[in-house]
Amino acid sequence: MDKRDRGEKKDDDESYVPFQGLEKGALLQERRILNETPLNPKKCCQFATKLLYLVEQGEKFTKTEATEVFFAITKLFQSKDIPLRRMVYLVLKALIPMSDDVIIVIASLTKDINSKNDLYKANAIRVLTQITDSAMLAQIERYLKQAIVDKEGYVASAALVSGAHLLDGNTEIVKRWISEVQDALSSKHVMVQYHALGLFYELKKHDRLAVNKLVTFMIKNTVRSPFAHCLLIRFTAQLIEENPNTDKSFLSYIETCLRHKSDMVIYEAAKAICGLTNPPVSSLTAAITVLQLFLSSPKPSLRFAAVRTLNKLAQTKPAAVTPSNLDIENLITDSNRSIATLAITTLLKTGQEASVDRLMKQISGFINEISDEFKIVVVDAIRVLCTKFPQKQRSLLTFLASILREEGGFEYKKAIVDTIMVIISEIPESKESGLTHLCEFIEDCEFTQLAVQILHLLGKEGPPTQAPSKYIRHIYNRISLENAAVRAAAVSALVRFGVSLPSLRPSITSLIKRATTGLVILNKSNGNKYLGGDFNVPLANLEFALRQYQTNPSTTPFSISMVPAGAPPSSKKKETKPTKGQKEAAAPTPAAVDGGSFGEGFAKTLSAIPQFAKLGTLQKSSKPFELTESETEYVVSCIKHCFATHFVLQFNVTNTLNDQVLEKVTPKVDVSGLKGTTVESVVPLPSLPYGAPGACYALVKRPTDSFPSGTVRISLKFITKEFDVSTGQIDDGPGYEDDYTLEDLTVDTSDYVQGTFVANFKEKWEEIGDEFEVVETYSLSTMKSLQGAVDEVTKFLGMQAADRTETVPPKKNKHVLLLSGNFITSANIVPALVRVRMMFAEGQGAQMELAVRSTDDEVSTAIAGAI
Amino acid sequence: MGKMISKLFGNKEMRVLMLGLDAAGKTTILYKLKLGQGVSTIPTVGFNVETVTFKKVKFNVWDVGGQDKIRPLWRHYYAGTQALIFVVDSSDRERIEEARQELMRIINDREMKDAILLVFANKNDLPNVMDGEEIKEKLGLGKLKDRHWHVQSSCAISGDGLLDGLTWLNTYIK
Repeated sequence: MDKRDRGEKKDDDESYVPFQGLEKGALLQERRILNETPLNPKKCCQFATKLLYLVEQGEKFTKTEATEVFFAITKLFQSKDIPLRRMVYLVLKALIPMSDDVIIVIASLTKDINSKNDLYKANAIRVLTQITDSAMLAQIERYLKQAIVDKEGYVASAALVSGAHLLDGNTEIVKRWISEVQDALSSKHVMVQYHALGLFYELKKHDRLAVNKLVTFMIKNTVRSPFAHCLLIRFTAQLIEENPNTDKSFLSYIETCLRHKSDMVIYEAAKAICGLTNPPVSSLTAAITVLQLFLSSPKPSLRFAAVRTLNKLAQTKPAAVTPSNLDIENLITDSNRSIATLAITTLLKTGQEASVDRLMKQISGFINEISDEFKIVVVDAIRVLCTKFPQKQRSLLTFLASILREEGGFEYKKAIVDTIMVIISEIPESKESGLTHLCEFIEDCEFTQLAVQILHLLGKEGPPTQAPSKYIRHIYNRISLENAAVRAAAVSALVRFGVSLPSLRPSITSLIKRATTGLVILNKSNGNKYLGGDFNVPLANLEFALRQYQTNPSTTPFSISMVPAGAPPSSKKKETKPTKGQKEAAAPTPAAVDGGSFGEGFAKTLSAIPQFAKLGTLQKSSKPFELTESETEYVVSCIKHCFATHFVLQFNVTNTLNDQVLEKVTPKVDVSGLKGTTVESVVPLPSLPYGAPGACYALVKRPTDSFPSGTVRISLKFITKEFDVSTGQIDDGPGYEDDYTLEDLTVDTSDYVQGTFVANFKEKWEEIGDEFEVVETYSLSTMKSLQGAVDEVTKFLGMQAADRTETVPPKKNKHVLLLSGNFITSANIVPALVRVRMMFAEGQGAQMELAVRSTDDEVSTAIAGAI
Repeated sequence: MGKMISKLFGNKEMRVLMLGLDAAGKTTILYKLKLGQGVSTIPTVGFNVETVTFKKVKFNVWDVGGQDKIRPLWRHYYAGTQALIFVVDSSDRERIEEARQELMRIINDREMKDAILLVFANKNDLPNVMDGEEIKEKLGLGKLKDRHWHVQSSCAISGDGLLDGLTWLNTYIK
């Protein structure tokens, strides 16, 4: 075939494609030549080549077409013509996935595997293992094992590669070949060694000890194959990365590879060293030196590989890359755009401030000519640059804004938006212009997720700016033009403006009124009075509280603090707190109006029970706390309701036995673990039939001077009566008493605290002052990460993070978490703020300094002592 | 060129398709003809193809497996077939009707209308087998029109009757 191609190329120009314009239909007709007697091998070979060409071009064959042509090709098994037979195997391999009844070739291929002709043998192995049928595999397994140690390299390679393919689905069979594969590891054939190493690793990769042994064995023995070297370097680097104290010989092996005669091995070694988290300086320098040499190689692939690796390294260790800057400079005009892009972005990360403008100009020249993937590389570089040279933010932001207006896919746009957001959060001066750019972007943004993210940011960052009103128009436009998720985010953002800015409140209220009917509550005559305070309550609770206030007017004005802030009892629905929401900020939906038996919240349910009527306002309800495994005969969970002077423990009980009815279900509560508390009364549940959940209660008095935490032991007492499922009759007898012990209930500081939203933490912090400030330091040695510590502390204190401090930026080992909440004491509700300075060191856990400010000494002490 | 030389020397080719129920002895016949010796076989999943030269004629013999799941695939090998060898186990009275149905299905196919038919009444070394006449009756060969056919009693293991069958085929080479 080669000869023919070359012959034709002489006549035509370079771009001549021999099969251009080849039609599938015509080719399928041509398959008749395969039925001729005697065969014409040359014609058949041409036919097979054309067929392969079409398949490789992605031409679609129907099942029938593929099957027909597959069977036609099988007729060529009669030929002994070697070139033709080679084509037959290739075509069969290509057609097998598309055709039916491929078992027809099993007999012929099995015969070929036993053939004396190595070409038949190797190819038949590759084709036959495509038809994976474990029964058949068992029959030919013995031949495959022999083939792995065949003296002919390509037979062994064929068997090894087939083994790798078979791993998917026939792992157990391939595992039995391990000793043959091990033999093949020492093969003198370059490819066999490579394939054997690959397969051996695949078989053992979940066994670290075995991988360790494999690597130790291989680096001590001669590895001839450069391909095997590349694999081995990767495995070695992975071992070093997983265990930095690993054998010294591992790293020195990789360093030796830097001096290998093959470019491929040298590059692989350099890349591996650059990819290590903490490579020794000497190794890193050696690796960068070889990459630097590659930078001036005449081969584009080497230049590309080198600059790409350096680019990645510059993200984490710019100083290490700086010495190569001169060589990288030469690449910014490289005719290959990808190389040029990587060169420029590397320089942006490593270079001096003075060169930024020049490089940005260069890149603007061709940003439209490169693919999204490389555009993202550019954007990432800019992100690094901004934090390094804050003075450059203006020109960089302008650049980002201009590329944001261009066409681009989601990943690319997301990278830009994320970068702008990072710039806004890290460089305060850039906030206004950054927000304006984002506002423009959402005017014409096809990606819901980005629009929602931006609206959320506007709600957070917009109000404290100098001219917040200019953002309102952009936000309001979204309400009338976009899909539900974006509208929701827009309303949520508007509410934030209203909460923070009294001067704009009336106009915002009317905007919202016009925009949505969902937020009914604000339409009420006295609605906008309440928009003032912190808005951290479920709307259902707020609405209920307002109704109550309207029916029982009192002399004091309504205050948001009268509204219970606890989660509404939404056992099935996801809870949605309008002010807490991130992307799902769903304010306009009538939040959490649970369709269940609890209707308008716990407050109503509880106030209907005579024993609880005088407790005052419900301040906080915890999330349900499971007291049983979910699979037990009675499922019980507990909700802790916090009142000023008492706790109400609500036990939700479900009876899962359909032949029983429980009566007089009474909680027995032992509060001796909770210092200073006493059980005042219990409210039993008269009857609990199968399936329908019911609740019983215990009223626990809180001490006035302390906030104890500890465990409460609980059991349920009840009378079981038999229930006849067929008649629906309850047995008249007295039944029998039962005592059902539950798991312990924990009460901790978070039960006295409700998280609150603060628009401006710093201001509040100063306002409260340090009169009752309490500072404690702690060491949390069990923490695995800084983010883990943040989550844990937030959860433990039951407070809400402010100023987006709930997420730790990646790769930081210091963080300040700001928390805000209301502490429920017996006398009143005390706002409390917490500032947690954290430091994290690998292996030592988190160190933190907890500073608490509130207006009450006891509260501050209680919070600081909670951990 | 090849064709011309073979004509010159009288070398001729014939494409033969060998079918029949499973375990009739097709693969054993093929390799007895090819290698001159008996081989142990396993049920053929797929097909075997060999060239057998006999009296200067190259027989291109296609032996396709006879299991239920493979029978529907026989049709893919009809095109270009000049002779059909249909192998029956002459001791298997229970399945002779099934064999007849399969045979009729094959020769009624348009692509097989010109093929001559040789029936090997195989395993004639076993006791109490059907003779040629009985097989002819049970396969309904007497009713065939426009078809050259011949029943040859055979034993694949000993080779008895196989070459007689090929000799019959030889007389129809054009």
